[in-house]
Amino acid sequence: MQLTIRYFGMLAEATAITEEQLQTEACSVSQLLEKLKIQYPKLSGKDFKVAINQQLVAHNHIINTEAEVALLPPFAGG
Amino acid sequence: MEKKKPKNVFIQGAISPEFIGTSIAKHQTKTSIGAHNIFLGQVRADEIDGKVITAINYTAYDEMANQKFYEIRETTFAKFDLTCMHIYHSLGTVKAGEICLFVFVSSPRRKVVFEALEYVVEAIKADVPVFGKEIFEDQTHQWKQNS
Repeated sequence: MQLTIRYFGMLAEATAITEEQLQTEACSVSQLLEKLKIQYPKLSGKDFKVAINQQLVAHNHIINTEAEVALLPPFAGG
Repeated sequence: MEKKKPKNVFIQGAISPEFIGTSIAKHQTKTSIGAHNIFLGQVRADEIDGKVITAINYTAYDEMANQKFYEIRETTFAKFDLTCMHIYHSLGTVKAGEICLFVFVSSPRRKVVFEALEYVVEAIKADVPVFGKEIFEDQTHQWKQNS
């Protein structure tokens, strides 16, 4: 399945991209993050939340269908 | 009661005092209102390790942020007896001393607007995916985090 991964704020800075497409088997959010941290070592140690199709999800959430996955650093509105 | 579909809350750059004044003026025809309450978020020139913040550059996950603003709006209308509510947030660069968040709630009675405004502002700070890059005078930066 294909995932669109989006990076924001300091995470976009760490990966030097804002968006990419990724082909992957069904996996949990944690498994996906492990994969991304290998690709982008600067993501390690960063504090962030994950949204799938604009809904925040827990790290044990299983991704089994095409989706937009957003990596969101701490919120700073206002 | 004013209820709208998700709309764009974001404004490019700082929110001007004129915009806020005009927004207040527009409510003079709504004569069931007896109390307005307004929150204005202003960029602080904090000093960190001897360097002063001169601006914040805001970015957002726009689609999710506008959806969150909409949910906050719906929840607030359900919780409080408000006549209307407006939320505007800056994107892009806002200099120290300028306004980056404008929340405006109105009701027939004052007690409601005090509670509703705090509720809305706290929800925005906690739930809306907006990110802030704090720019120092030497053009270095750090990332803002709401406490």
